[in-house]
Amino acid sequence: MEFDVNHIIELIPELNTAFLQTLYMISVGLLVAVIFGLPIGILIFVTDKGLFLQNRFVNQIVGFIVNMIRSIPFIILLVALIPLTIKLTGSTIGPKAASVPLSVAAIPFFARLVETSLRKIEYGVIEAAIAAGGTPWMIIKDVLLPEAKSGIISGITITVVSLVGTSAMAGVVGGGGIGDLAIRFGYYRYDDTIMITTVVILIVLVQLIQIIGDKIAKAVNK
Amino acid sequence: MININHLSKVYQTKKGEVSGVNNVSLTINEGEIYGIVGYSGAGKSSLVRCINLLERPTKGNITVDGVDLTKLKSEKLRQARLKIGMIFQHFNLVSQKTVFENIAFSLKAAKVPSNQIASRVEELLAMVGLSDKRDVYPGQLSGGQKQRVGIARALANDPKVLLCDEATSALDPTTTKSILQLLKKINKEMNITIVLITHEMDVVKEICHRMAIMQAGKVVEEGDVYEIFASPKNELTREFISSVISFDLPAHVLEKVTGTLVKVIFKGEIAGESIISDMVQKFKVKGNFLHGSIDYIQDAPLGIFVMELNGEKNEVSKAIQYIENRSAHVEVIKDGI
Repeated sequence: MEFDVNHIIELIPELNTAFLQTLYMISVGLLVAVIFGLPIGILIFVTDKGLFLQNRFVNQIVGFIVNMIRSIPFIILLVALIPLTIKLTGSTIGPKAASVPLSVAAIPFFARLVETSLRKIEYGVIEAAIAAGGTPWMIIKDVLLPEAKSGIISGITITVVSLVGTSAMAGVVGGGGIGDLAIRFGYYRYDDTIMITTVVILIVLVQLIQIIGDKIAKAVNK
Repeated sequence: MININHLSKVYQTKKGEVSGVNNVSLTINEGEIYGIVGYSGAGKSSLVRCINLLERPTKGNITVDGVDLTKLKSEKLRQARLKIGMIFQHFNLVSQKTVFENIAFSLKAAKVPSNQIASRVEELLAMVGLSDKRDVYPGQLSGGQKQRVGIARALANDPKVLLCDEATSALDPTTTKSILQLLKKINKEMNITIVLITHEMDVVKEICHRMAIMQAGKVVEEGDVYEIFASPKNELTREFISSVISFDLPAHVLEKVTGTLVKVIFKGEIAGESIISDMVQKFKVKGNFLHGSIDYIQDAPLGIFVMELNGEKNEVSKAIQYIENRSAHVEVIKDGI
């Protein structure tokens, strides 16, 4: 195994592009996950038995779809979603295309995390809001979301970290990003320097995300 | 104000049906403080939750202020709940919202125009004595202060009824007293009907006008608090009363008793009269007090004394008759002869 500092300097432009591509994929994935996953997580929670919008039918259908997507290995989802990817982005390679399956996988993942953090809310608080005559929308907005805020932020952190991992996998199909770089150079060309550098970048990235996420989650908790 | 008619609540569990409330009928009058007492699992919590339909009764119905709540659909029911305040054992405040926001929630639910919310919240805070805590989070408050916020939230929309679910059970005795005083004040000044469930007889003795005792989902005794304290009929009621007014005599005292052991109960004004000393002068009996006290229930005196009467059988029974004639109640615990 060789590690060549000059080689890294040579590859800085490549690393830079890859890093930005990874950030792009994570950002899109996270954005879509929050936009769709948050309401889905809330929907699963409030339609559950004993809750104020109890609806067995909706609850089970949504729950089933979420479980189904979550049970498909990402690499298969990547291939299976090619038609959708082409429809949305007109391509199957590059970070933009890879964002589609990444987002699709992140939605149910985040939705379950949202649901879990909602479940941690003391039921009495919800009961009090119902007794006070709150509408379902008010209870969601003024009780559920504030009370689960810290947990949801932790959920976002976990989702971002998971996106770092899955976005690296997108490299297998030419998705771009740090993972792609690692595969093209590190794996196919036996370039240890690139392999080590990319792994180190990923480790640092994940650590940073976790530290920042924990800090925010703690800061918002009153 | 509140009519509970043949109400039953059955829970479906994995182990089968569990009865929470079993055919309970109660009438709670406007402006009174009504206590529902029982051990945990007696069904009092289910019963109070049926009043604002947090739990839907399996059978029977509930009318509050003339409206049958069991017949209301969601939006109408929500409107009805605005006029039924509720406070809880664990306060149930939104921890991530300030005191102000917690109280404002109720007002927003009633669609109070936003420019009136601030002044109304401040009014409520002044009433519960927390004006300086407007912008703090519940985590920074003591238990008593949290309950005051709960009360302010419950009273935001001028309800006709306030339901209290073990509202003082998580508080220390001093704080409990101050919360009870506040409830009393609310009841008097705003003429709000209060339904209070508790396992503490102290609470009932302190503020309730009428009460019901529940066991296994049923009401076993019901009536005026003073009357129930003076002459409880049910075994469970006696047990509850003995937790606040106890006349158990130590065994070694009982052993020495040779005469007739009686419990004399004076209700109301006569508690202050000299019935016993008159009796001792009139009859050839000796009286010996073993235990006794005058308790004030709703500010009305209730005197209960345990005494030993010594003398001839005839004189003793005449003496007992005399006390009874002067409208005190005598219970013979042990006949000495």
